[in-house]
Amino acid sequence: MSARDNILNKIRKAQTPNSNAAEVIAQHLAQHPRGPRPNIPDDLVAHFKARALKLSSDVLETDDSKNVPQLLADYLREKSLPMSGVCWPELADLPWLAAGLEIHSHPPLPHLNPDGTTSHSTKPASGQVAGYLPKGEEANISLREFNDTDAVGVTSAFCAIAETGTLMMLGGADTPATTSLLPETHVAIVDPKRIVATMEDAWELMRKEFSQPPRAVNFISGPSRTADIEQTVTLGAHGPYRVLLILAPL
Amino acid sequence: MMQNNALQFKRQVTIKLADVKLQGALSRLQSRFVEGRSAVISEIADLPQTRDAAAGIRNRVLNDLEHWLLHFEREATARGTVVHWAETGEDVNRIVTEIAAQHGVKTAAKSKSMVSEECGLNDALERAGVTVMETDLGEYILQLAKEAPSHIVAPVVHKNKEEVADLFAEKHGLPRKTGIAELCREAREILRPAFLNADMGISGANFLIAETGSALIVTNEGNGRLVTTLPRVHVAITGIEKVVPTLEDVSTLLRLLPRSATGQSITNYVSMLTGKKSVTDPDGPEHFHIILLDNGRSSLLGGEMQDMLRCIRCGACMNHCPVYQNIGGHAYGWVYPGPMGSILTPLLSGLENSPDLPNASTLCGACAVVCPVKIPLPDLLRKLREKQMERGMKSRQETLLLKTWAWFALHPKLYAFATKVGVKFMAILGGKEKLLHNLPGASGWTNGRDFPAPTGKTFRELYRKEHNK
Ligand code: SF4
Repeated sequence: MSARDNILNKIRKAQTPNSNAAEVIAQHLAQHPRGPRPNIPDDLVAHFKARALKLSSDVLETDDSKNVPQLLADYLREKSLPMSGVCWPELADLPWLAAGLEIHSHPPLPHLNPDGTTSHSTKPASGQVAGYLPKGEEANISLREFNDTDAVGVTSAFCAIAETGTLMMLGGADTPATTSLLPETHVAIVDPKRIVATMEDAWELMRKEFSQPPRAVNFISGPSRTADIEQTVTLGAHGPYRVLLILAPL
Repeated sequence: MMQNNALQFKRQVTIKLADVKLQGALSRLQSRFVEGRSAVISEIADLPQTRDAAAGIRNRVLNDLEHWLLHFEREATARGTVVHWAETGEDVNRIVTEIAAQHGVKTAAKSKSMVSEECGLNDALERAGVTVMETDLGEYILQLAKEAPSHIVAPVVHKNKEEVADLFAEKHGLPRKTGIAELCREAREILRPAFLNADMGISGANFLIAETGSALIVTNEGNGRLVTTLPRVHVAITGIEKVVPTLEDVSTLLRLLPRSATGQSITNYVSMLTGKKSVTDPDGPEHFHIILLDNGRSSLLGGEMQDMLRCIRCGACMNHCPVYQNIGGHAYGWVYPGPMGSILTPLLSGLENSPDLPNASTLCGACAVVCPVKIPLPDLLRKLREKQMERGMKSRQETLLLKTWAWFALHPKLYAFATKVGVKFMAILGGKEKLLHNLPGASGWTNGRDFPAPTGKTFRELYRKEHNK
């Protein structure tokens, strides 16, 4: 008898088996009912901003994403932070250089085609892919080594949650999780149209746009922190020391 | 399996009460976590309804654990996760050691997992030649100091920053830092290469989601994300009771867990991990293993102790427990301290090994009031005490005392007479101060504080007087 059989047998013995369990479970999964939720004010953007600030995120706003590099440059300069870093491929075309920033795009990764082959669906960022990518190794490249030295990581977000001031990130070919994790400063461009009220709404959006969850879903709520020493909150544990949210239409 | 030292409970209590440094640390915990919780729990508009929902979600799974586990296993396997079942802590150690050998693992980076503490996993891996690095700051400090955690959420609550500074200076061989922020940065810089070079990441899982076959991890430091993203192998270890049906259900629980634990409306990171890295994923482990540990949990099912399996390990019951607040976590002798530990330790590692724990409570009820999943902790403690009585596990002195009391209680006239004499006698002993410094048979009380002497009248006498007015 395997450990699995033994454990399941013990459970079976302790509980009267439910004759229509499979049905009840299938029904609950199909309906996935929502529990009680707090009332979130109608102005989701304002609520999101207020909550994000409470979590020690910094928040800036612009109505044109073209202004994002300049806002970021000013922010970094004011804090005397390094003016270079890395971004997700979809953001590679923003005018980083013009704002005095040296932002490299992650090398776009291959996508899986229905016939099993792989191809690049995102065009390589023009002139901005630095000498990161060892030639011929793009298919299985690991981003980890060179990522560790990046001071700034720029991402967008799948959506954002007003209730808690949280970003929802879905890992994928062009959205590596490491960009929001390894650098000391994480910058996320949040499209105000993608701010939802609650975590339940965020899951619903994911169900609508994807047939199954990606390998990694990460909810990020402010800079990493620890209170392990004397229960004193200290920002910047193993992840970013600061999170800058720039609200801009994407 | 980690050794249970709960037999030493009474001796430990005396030591801990006299430990001035520990008392300072515990009062800090109380102010930060207790006040922190009360500040954010009110953000939940309908707290009673939300707690009901949370308890209901946990009950739904526990009442039909077999089917939910099987559903979880099916979904997880479909995404390329290998699901293992472990009956004991030793089984977990064996499975992780085998996975390590199979993938040629030399180093492992670990984020906090209380279940792995149950197993004593680190020692087992070290014996098998795998270097394990704890990466949660608190757990890292404990690993350097070779100590056990004293709280399930804040493992190093018993140490102050001076001790951490001394420890880092000694172990890191760097100039001694004094500020907490500097200490944190030093640990970050020492640990970063460990993350980048680790072959295997080891974590717990706060919840397993049946709908998607995922493991969900809440952390603040980001180490949970690092150990599940960078190494080529990831092993998540958790109890069989941790299954939650849907993403909506986990959202309800996530409203309560961080608020109850650390007074945060949400933890910095909530990571949901589903399956192994696919061809198109730029990061993530090539191999993802989830180990489901029983270790006595299944024996709680279907009985009067099943409610305990709802526990989501928030730690609120210990933060609010007057006994924990005074003695800290180490005195409880095993992995889980406070009220939840006083129930889980005897149930998972033997009532005979932890005879004092069910009694390590004043039954004040604070724990049941704050428990987010409405576990009736005082009732469960009382039931354990009953079990001890039934099995004749109480000391002879205590049994005799209770029997004597029971006899008097059945003879009201004699009861009234005996209490009248006793109370008068104690009032005389108490003298002008009205305090007893020493009470035969109750030195446990009077060694640490005085016992207020009765005024000389019994409750019955006072009651009669009031009534006849
Ligand atoms: S028993 Fe309740 S309060 Fe205590 S740790 Fe578990 S869930 Fe939290």
